[in-house]
Amino acid sequence: MAVVDTSVGKANLEVFAETLEALAREDRNVIAVTSDSRGSGKLAPFGQRLPKQIVEVGIAEQNLVGVAAGLASTGKKVFAVSPACFLTARSLEQIKNDVAYSDNPVNLVGISAGVSYGALGSTHHSLHDFAVLRAINNMIIVAPADAFETEQAIRQAAALEKPVYLRFGKKNMPLLPIDTEGGKFQFAKGRIIREGDDLVLIGTGETVQPALEAAKKLSKEHNIEATVVSMHTIKPLDYDLLSELAATGKPIVTVEEHMIYGGLGEACASFLIQNGFKNPFKIIGIPDEYTVTGSQNDIFRHYGISEQGIASSFLNLIKKN
Amino acid sequence: MTIKELEIKSKEYRRKILKYIYKAKAGHTGGSLSCIDILNVLYNEILNVSPDNFTSSDRDRYIQSKGHCVEALFVVLADKGFFPESDLETLCQYQSHYIGHPTRKVKGVEQNTGALGHGLPLSVGTALAAKMDEIDYKVFTLMGDGELPEGSNWEAFLTASHYKLDNLCAILDYNKLQISGTTAEVCNTEPIADKLKSFGWAVREVDGNNVEALKDVLKQLPFEQGKPSFVIAHTVKGKGVSYMENQLKWHHGVPSAEQYELAMTELS
Ligand SMILES: [Mg+2]
Repeated sequence: MAVVDTSVGKANLEVFAETLEALAREDRNVIAVTSDSRGSGKLAPFGQRLPKQIVEVGIAEQNLVGVAAGLASTGKKVFAVSPACFLTARSLEQIKNDVAYSDNPVNLVGISAGVSYGALGSTHHSLHDFAVLRAINNMIIVAPADAFETEQAIRQAAALEKPVYLRFGKKNMPLLPIDTEGGKFQFAKGRIIREGDDLVLIGTGETVQPALEAAKKLSKEHNIEATVVSMHTIKPLDYDLLSELAATGKPIVTVEEHMIYGGLGEACASFLIQNGFKNPFKIIGIPDEYTVTGSQNDIFRHYGISEQGIASSFLNLIKKN
Repeated sequence: MTIKELEIKSKEYRRKILKYIYKAKAGHTGGSLSCIDILNVLYNEILNVSPDNFTSSDRDRYIQSKGHCVEALFVVLADKGFFPESDLETLCQYQSHYIGHPTRKVKGVEQNTGALGHGLPLSVGTALAAKMDEIDYKVFTLMGDGELPEGSNWEAFLTASHYKLDNLCAILDYNKLQISGTTAEVCNTEPIADKLKSFGWAVREVDGNNVEALKDVLKQLPFEQGKPSFVIAHTVKGKGVSYMENQLKWHHGVPSAEQYELAMTELS
C-alpha cells in the first residue's frame, strides 16, 4: 500500500481502485465489471492497463449483476462496481437471486455510498442498502472506515468465495490512529479504536471518524471517556464484542450514514434487547424524512453525524437516563 | 440417437412430467410440455454435459431462464443420470430439494432461477468467461415468451452482441401463451426476429416440437461467427395432450384422475 499522509488521508474509493489493480496484476481471474462507472469508480487506469480484466456493460445495472454472477460461477473473482444507490436498488433482485441465492461469490462494490453525492439528491443517495441487504440470506456487508480497512476488506473479499457487499464513499478519510502502524482486520470482528470507561460509540464506514472526534471532544470538554468501535461488518455482526461492551452497562450510541431503520443501530438494538441488555441506547443516522439538501457535510451536520452532534446526542441520552 | 429414438424419448419425458406433476398436485404443465422437445435434443444431442463432467470447467452450460418449467428439466436430468428418478417422488414436498424452480441443490442445475429475465444475463457472464479463458464451451439458455418484456433481457441482448458471444445460444420457447392471455394480447413483442437481428444476433426459426428440425438447427451453431445465436422455437403449449394444447388454463393446471388417465393413454 502506498504511504498515506495520515492527517489528510485518502479516499476509500481510491484505495479500492489501487488495491483491485494490484490484485488483478497478481491474478488474471480478478475481474472488474462496471456500468459506465469506471470513471466514478476510479477504475479508468485499471481499464487502460488491464483491458482484458474489465467488463463494461453500459448503464444497465441489472445486467451488471447478472453478468457478474455468471462470470463468478466459472471461478472468476468478480468485483461488480456501481454507485451504491443504483447497485442495491435497481439490481436488488439480481443480488437476491443471482448472487446470494445461487451463491455466486460476487463482490458487490457500492461506491459513493450513503450521502456521498450530497446535493445531487435522493436519487443518488443510498440510505437503504444495509437494510435491504441485511434481509437477504448469504450476504456479508462491510463498510470500511479508512484506507487500511478498505485495502484489507478488498483483499479479504477477493480471497473469500462468498457474496460480499462493500460500501464506501469518496471523500478523503484520515487514517484511524490504530492503523498508522498497521492493525488487524477481519470480517465480522469489530475493532476497538479507542478505549474509555464512560460510554461506547459504535460507528461504521465513514462515521467512525466523526465518532472518534466526538470522543476526543467529550474527553476534553466534559471529562467523559468513550470507547470507540469501528463496526465495519454489519452482517454478520460481531455479537461477541457487542456483548462484551454491553456487559459493562455503559450507554451505547451508534452512528451510521444510513437511515435509522434497518441498519447498524437497529441490528445492535435487536441483539441487545433479545439478550437482556438494558444499556441506555441511541441510534444516530438519517431519519425517515425527505433528506435535507446540501453537501455531504451539510447533511451530516444537519442530522448530527458530526463531532458536535454525536457528543450532544450522548449528553442528551444520559440526561434522560 | 436416431430421430425415432428422440421421438420416443420425448413421449417418455412427457409421461414423466405428467406423472410427477400429478403426484405433486403442482407444476407448470403447459410450458413443460411445450419445451420438452428442446430439452430432449439439447441433453441428448447437443450439450457436452453429463454427471461425470459436471464440475469440469469446459462443460457446456444450460441455464433455464423459464425456471417455472422445472419439471421438464428434472425429468431430463434424472434420465441423464444426475440423480435417481425416484427423487422426483418428493417434488414440492417438505424439505425436498426438488422444488417448483431449479436450484443448485439438485445435481445438474447450473443456476437458481425462477424470477424471470435472469437466465440471459447469467448466460452472458458465463459465455464471456469462456471467451476470456479461451475455453471452448457453449452456453444455452431457454427463455419463455412471457418473460421477453423483462428489461434485463434487453440489457443482456446488447451485451451479448457487444462482446460478440458466438458461444451463446438463447432459445425462445415460443408457445404464444402466458399466464393471463396470449403474448400478443399481454404485451406484443413481435416482430421478435427483426428485433433480435437489429440487436446484433443471428436468428433462426424452427418448429420447436419437431426433434429433427431442432437437432438440425442446433447442430449449426454458431449461426454466424462473432454473433450470439437466437432460436425462435415455435411450440404448442400443452403439446402432446389433446385437451391441453393451446389452452391457457393448463399453464399451471394439474390434471384430475380422469384427465391424467386420458393424457397417459394419448402419450402411450
Ligand atoms: Mg409462453
